[in-house]
Amino acid sequence: MLNAAAIPVLDPAGPYAGSIAKLSWILIAMAIAVLGIVIAALWIALFGKEGLKARLGGTSAIWIGGIAFPVVVLSLLLVYGLSLTRNLTAPVPADAMRVRITGEMWWWRVAYLDRHGRPVMLDANELHIPAGRPVVLELESNDVIHSFWVPRLSGKLDMVPGRRNILPIQADGPGVFAGQCAEYCGGPHALMGFVVVAHEPTAFEALMAARRARRDRAASPGSMLFRSSGCAACHRIAGTDANGTAGPDLSHAGSRRSIGAGILPNNRGTMTGWIGDSQSIKPGNRMPPYKMLSAAELEMLAVYVEAQK
Amino acid sequence: MPQASAARGKAVIERAGCGACHIVPGIRWPQGRSGPALTGFGDQGLIAGRLSNRPDLLAAFVRDAPAVLPGTTMPAMPVSEAEARDIAAYLYTAETR
Repeated sequence: MLNAAAIPVLDPAGPYAGSIAKLSWILIAMAIAVLGIVIAALWIALFGKEGLKARLGGTSAIWIGGIAFPVVVLSLLLVYGLSLTRNLTAPVPADAMRVRITGEMWWWRVAYLDRHGRPVMLDANELHIPAGRPVVLELESNDVIHSFWVPRLSGKLDMVPGRRNILPIQADGPGVFAGQCAEYCGGPHALMGFVVVAHEPTAFEALMAARRARRDRAASPGSMLFRSSGCAACHRIAGTDANGTAGPDLSHAGSRRSIGAGILPNNRGTMTGWIGDSQSIKPGNRMPPYKMLSAAELEMLAVYVEAQK
Repeated sequence: MPQASAARGKAVIERAGCGACHIVPGIRWPQGRSGPALTGFGDQGLIAGRLSNRPDLLAAFVRDAPAVLPGTTMPAMPVSEAEARDIAAYLYTAETR
């Protein structure tokens, strides 16, 4: 998390990423072998004995090395590669958990779906999944083309406006896995990160149940300031009259690992700084700076958002 | 400050996200503007305009500013006492870039 340059891409944590990593290593090994053969041939052509040079330049060498070898090797590799990564395109179990993730400039809208495909819980920039089970992601976009990529859990798949692309992900064990938008989408594209948290299935069920049970969101000075400052025009908090949909849903923002779409740790300090002047952190993002707020107001808002677990 | 490590301090600054509010020398991103820039902190007169610029006070302020200076905007940060000393060591030694 927090550093796109540090996300390991060949360190799979589940079967989908595993088949991709295995294929990558095979391709790297093949490339090294072919490069070795080419270098050897070049060495013979430059410094080899006359007899060897003549055989290297002969018709049979061209037929074998130039046509038969690539056709056989590449065909085998294609068949093997497609069968190896077949799990990525295979039908997923009908009872698998489904989540719709919608690319936005420059964050991710997250909607947990029921078995009929209806949203039952909204969130943003962070996804909770049960470990050891496949989860189906419905990838969409509301504006430009983004690309969803959590390298340790699955492949990379574009989010195309007007389309719904299906990507299965799975984590074999509990953990926190970083993601990053992998298709340039303008402005702060490089600061469009994502976090997946995998839990033991029982802990996952408990988390979801706790979230669903939370409806005790009575009015407080913080919630009134949230509304009077205009936050609710863009942000939704479930169970309150804050119902904006232009920005990330904040119903569970206090429990997130990160703020600003996977780019900064979530603590009182970063939250205060983000509310006060997110433009100096993520230039070009669509949240305006709130420099008119006093220190006490900033703190009150940060405390209020923190309390939304 | 015995055992304080500027190198560790830099890592803690990155982990805690101090840059969300402060320009910190040697930290390329983020360079937040909500709080004051921390460049050349060794030459700084007062901490937050109120406290004398002593290593022990700086470390205490970095860790739990409201306890040292009630009313300040800077919140308590999730760092240990040792990490706060490391941050102070970094701020005193980091060059302006």
